[in-house]
Amino acid sequence: MHHATALQLLFTGDPTLLAIVRLSLAVSLSATVIASLIGAPLGAFIALTRFPGREPVLIVLNALMGLPPVTVGLAVFLLLSRSGPLGAWGLLFTPTAMVIAQTMLVMPIIAALTRQTVEDLWLEYRDELTAMNVGPMRRVLTLLRDARFALVTAFLAGFGRAAAEVGAIIIVGGNIEGYTRTMTTAIALETSKGDLPLALGLGAVLLLLVITVSALAWSVRRIGERLAG
Amino acid sequence: MSAPAPSPNLPIQFEGVEVRAGQAVLLAGISLTLRSGAPSVLIGPNGSGKTTLLRAAMGLIAPSAGYIRWGDQSEPPAQGRAIVFQRPVMLRRSCAENLRYALQAAGIAGPERDRRTNELLRLVGLGALASRPARRLSGGELQRLALARALARRPGVLFLDEPTASLDPAATKAIEDLVRAVAADGVKVVMATHDLGEARRLAGEILLLHRGELVETGPADAFFATPQTAAAQRFLAGELLI
Repeated sequence: MHHATALQLLFTGDPTLLAIVRLSLAVSLSATVIASLIGAPLGAFIALTRFPGREPVLIVLNALMGLPPVTVGLAVFLLLSRSGPLGAWGLLFTPTAMVIAQTMLVMPIIAALTRQTVEDLWLEYRDELTAMNVGPMRRVLTLLRDARFALVTAFLAGFGRAAAEVGAIIIVGGNIEGYTRTMTTAIALETSKGDLPLALGLGAVLLLLVITVSALAWSVRRIGERLAG
Repeated sequence: MSAPAPSPNLPIQFEGVEVRAGQAVLLAGISLTLRSGAPSVLIGPNGSGKTTLLRAAMGLIAPSAGYIRWGDQSEPPAQGRAIVFQRPVMLRRSCAENLRYALQAAGIAGPERDRRTNELLRLVGLGALASRPARRLSGGELQRLALARALARRPGVLFLDEPTASLDPAATKAIEDLVRAVAADGVKVVMATHDLGEARRLAGEILLLHRGELVETGPADAFFATPQTAAAQRFLAGELLI
């Protein structure tokens, strides 16, 4: 990859580069989807319930949005390392470990943003749903469904976080060529090796991908809002 | 529309009901009985407690003092009542979907749900707007959809909070015709309005509220012909009750 820029490699279909891009997308998207499946219901639950200590929980949840990736990477590393509690699973330095670390990073973002969105919608719907005798479980589903286009933004924020971070996956993935090397870890490596054109090219590809995903999500939201009101 | 089941909610009985919000007294020592029959219409100026009384009768707020009974029960029964709020909020879905949602919440199963949805849309004259997003309806259409959604619960008692406020005469007439039809079908209508003309047109019984107190109640004819209290006389004379 030394004599060409990443963009050229991408357009000529270089298999090594495509594998890096594919892995980046697969890891970050999987992590964001899993984080959404856990974080969205959790955020909705916190939005709809009042319990002692709720305020501190909200403060911690909001703070976790800024969780340092290297710290999460270190924690997952310790969990998965051979002498760690989950060491027997043999997951360290695999893409699965990277998904686990990014899920932990993204989950608080999805939960906190969902909490805010759902709580606002609940204030609007509360009287009607109460008058219709809608039970707690259906309330959550109704609010998540009707807030779904706003929640696309939460999903995006989560995906952006996952796609851009390097600290966590480089620790638990190990940046192994052809196996756990992603765009961000490759950029870190090429920069330290002094191959700036390649690093810059990869950076451009990463930016392009993030913008594309954002544009897609934006369109989904616009079209959805037009159809559902 | 088929006749509703006999309501286990009636009579609704208020005994010394007081509702407070912080220091403010919203309802003060209300005692009244809402029986089956012609519509009961709550009148009174803004802030007199009409909305609070409707919400308490619906079971949405508990009295700070006194008690409310629905039929022979001291807790509001899960079914049999419906309310149209002054500013109804529709779900972010089509008109038909909003009705299907209400029918599902009322425990109506799939095929029956579709049939009733169409029936309700036709009843309120929104058949052509079934797939329109509900939040893009005009004011009059929105109120009619809200009425249809309330009727989806097959209520024995229907509470309406100023359903024609800020509607033009044509839209008001459409709502009033529906209310008359629903009442003729045996549904007990309890409605708040500050439009005296509307109260005359619809009421079987009048309840005049002022500053959270029930000032005067009685059959509508008698109330409008010979109001008993000074407050009622002033209110009917068009004076501002403050």
